[in-house]
Amino acid sequence: MIIYILTIFLFLVGLYGVLSKRNLIKIVIGLAIMEYSVNLFLILVGYVKGATAPILSSDVANKLFVDPLPQAMVLTAIVIGLATTALLLAIAIRIYKKYGTFDIREIKNLKG
Amino acid sequence: MKGMTVIVKKVTQIICGITFLYGIYIIIHGHLTPGGGFAGGAIIAGSFILLIIAFGSEFLALKKEETGSSILESSGILIFIIIAILGMVIGGAGIFFVNFLPKWEIGKLISAGVIPLYNIAVGIEVAAALITAFLALLIYRDEVLK
Amino acid sequence: MEILLIVILALMIGGAIFSLEAKDLLSAVIAYGIVGFGLVIAFLLLQAPDLALVQIVVETITLIIMIAVIMNSTQEELKTKWGNKTVVYIVLSLVFIGLFLYIFNRTTGALSRFGEHAMRMSKPYLDPGAEKTGSANLVTGVIFDYRGYDTLGEATVLFTAVIGVLTVLRLKGRKSE
Repeated sequence: MIIYILTIFLFLVGLYGVLSKRNLIKIVIGLAIMEYSVNLFLILVGYVKGATAPILSSDVANKLFVDPLPQAMVLTAIVIGLATTALLLAIAIRIYKKYGTFDIREIKNLKG
Repeated sequence: MKGMTVIVKKVTQIICGITFLYGIYIIIHGHLTPGGGFAGGAIIAGSFILLIIAFGSEFLALKKEETGSSILESSGILIFIIIAILGMVIGGAGIFFVNFLPKWEIGKLISAGVIPLYNIAVGIEVAAALITAFLALLIYRDEVLK
Repeated sequence: MEILLIVILALMIGGAIFSLEAKDLLSAVIAYGIVGFGLVIAFLLLQAPDLALVQIVVETITLIIMIAVIMNSTQEELKTKWGNKTVVYIVLSLVFIGLFLYIFNRTTGALSRFGEHAMRMSKPYLDPGAEKTGSANLVTGVIFDYRGYDTLGEATVLFTAVIGVLTVLRLKGRKSE
């Protein structure tokens, strides 16, 4: 159970970064950390003690496999995460070009 | 962006092709070993990114490359949908994603029906998507610096 | 095994906190790498080699893109001033964290303990999976056969995200001919 708690603590660290940091890059990092922690939580739930990876081969007698379903979900989610991170960074550098800063409070003041 | 030193360039020349082949291996053996379209596509994109970083961006005509990879990305997802629709037409059941090719013996390279074809389509799509995003960022940087 | 996972998770949490609190953006991005590569080892320990293979490449590319973005901008972290309300904020967030952990503990109490996952839902995927899909790698079988619509949706999201990057980063409009 302590592993689940630690994973969700990692999620909270990412949430702290998103909510309290003023730098846009730090906010992107916080979002990525939250995504990683959720991925890890899904894989932890699907783990079975003493099981092997869900790949059949002739020399493996053990028929106990870990759950392949969360693995398939997370596999696609990782690549999507990279694409959305790239999109966020693209928006961040466009904002930097327009306002000359990554500070979101300053950007809010300049907008008016 | 300028290129790196001679040592890095030479090592890149040797490593880059091997990485590319490894990515293709991962895609083709996706239904037998760990890996598949997503992993192999990311590895192929990594090999191209290594090449671009080591040799600098003025070495390549980046605008043209970006158009090409963008077209490749769109065709990757198109192939995916076409195979799915073929399953609907040929498979007989009238549903998407029907495995209409014969599944030979499990564990051989040519087996599992259409799954290797899906792997190849997704591999093309992921590789082209990552390269396109990276090239767009690089072209933007060069234009801003200029 | 469990202890090893706890150590890696502690390392990841430390890296995350350092990454968010670092003064310099470059060291923040490199510390963020600790989280991603720690995740790779965790995936390997949890018997998910497919995910480890994807994650190690994706993490590297993410770091490269992030460093490319911050290289041409100000790299210093902005200072946060301590005002009158800071203490109130800290107390509020501590209360929130406590509440969140309490509710999380209550809800995950219904889950089976770590390592004793009930395989009732995944039995139909595991036992006849290889014969039905013909794929020796069951994860690939699930992705492209049972859950084909999911993969199509994810591919569409990837496509849309890259279109978004291209649109956002275009400096000049396309010339009308």
